[in-house]
Amino acid sequence: MKPCPEEIVQYMHDYLDGEITRRDEQILSEHLEKCQACQKHMDQLSRSVAFLKSASHIEAPEGFSDRIMASLPKERQGAGVRRWFGRHPMLAAVAMFVLLAGLALFSNFNTSDQQLAVSTQPNLVVEGNKVIVPEGEKVEGDLFVRNGELHIEGEVEGDVTVINGSKYMASTAVVTGKIEEIDRAFEWLWYTIKSGVKEGLSVFEGPDPDDEEK
Amino acid sequence: MEDIVKKRIKQVLKGDQSAFEEIVSLYQNRLYQVCYRMLGNRHEAEDIAQEAFIRAYINLHTFDQKRKFSTWLYRIATNLCIDRIRKKKPDTFLDAPVPGTDGLDHYSSLAHDSPLPEEEVEKMEQQERVQYEISRLPDKYRSAIVLRYIEELPLQEISEILELPLGTVKTRIHRGREALRKQMKKL
Repeated sequence: MKPCPEEIVQYMHDYLDGEITRRDEQILSEHLEKCQACQKHMDQLSRSVAFLKSASHIEAPEGFSDRIMASLPKERQGAGVRRWFGRHPMLAAVAMFVLLAGLALFSNFNTSDQQLAVSTQPNLVVEGNKVIVPEGEKVEGDLFVRNGELHIEGEVEGDVTVINGSKYMASTAVVTGKIEEIDRAFEWLWYTIKSGVKEGLSVFEGPDPDDEEK
Repeated sequence: MEDIVKKRIKQVLKGDQSAFEEIVSLYQNRLYQVCYRMLGNRHEAEDIAQEAFIRAYINLHTFDQKRKFSTWLYRIATNLCIDRIRKKKPDTFLDAPVPGTDGLDHYSSLAHDSPLPEEEVEKMEQQERVQYEISRLPDKYRSAIVLRYIEELPLQEISEILELPLGTVKTRIHRGREALRKQMKKL
């Protein structure tokens, strides 16, 4: 007895998939008529399929959907805001930047309310909240005083900035740069923006760290 | 039906969580059934089907609304089932003895991987037997066979669910049928 053509089993599966061509179906049925072994094979395959299809329909248990709804992560307040940020990362980064810059500005202004702050030149004399440029001394570089009284009796080679304080200049005082006095919050703000823009230009050229934070 | 589903999906995406409930009730039986047939255990099936719905909810924004939702959902569920099956039998350590069991190895803790004695199988109820035979199929063929003959899905859809080429799906179903035939020769 010659062995059955190899493609016969393939035709059986094509038939079971409902994808057999008319020609192949013809070949298959002719072969099955004369080959008992293949008939048996086909019969076993068909019975396996029928057996699988006899599986009863299974339904989800009682209360299944309730349990799912109860275990979904809660839509928290602000979820909408976060989703919006997710969709508009650039705007989010800008908003974040403005927020942080604003916060930094005002916290600076507030914390510096009480403490005396002075730029560090070696020959400055500090007495309580009084900062003195002694007569005959020459202070090099920009002078910066916050929350204090500045007495200039000697020479300052650079700009002088006084924030939330007062300035007294003796007749012997010499200041080579600009003199600026800032008292109110608004002026402080303006001053920070002015100097911020200068620095900001260089900052904007680098990558914005807020971009990565979403 | 797909239209209703897409409407509900849009509502969920806008933040209306309750709209998800209708999606769950539309698909819960089908999803649970696939998981049950794949895993052969009601408790695990509920666990995995539930996980599938929760993942679908969390990742709903990644669903491409031009596609069929059920395909996407089936894909999540079958992937979870396959992961679970693989975790259940760490194939490289099957021979290692289970600590504290006096010489039993992992083979003995697998439900159906070693065939039951013939007389036991013959005593089974028909439905029990169906599940038994499915669970004996290698997992590669099992998912394709379950989707084809339990869910009665077209081959094309199965290929999308399993993310396999159509030809591969056909081969798996053919081999699955042959495996089943050999398992059940004496039926």
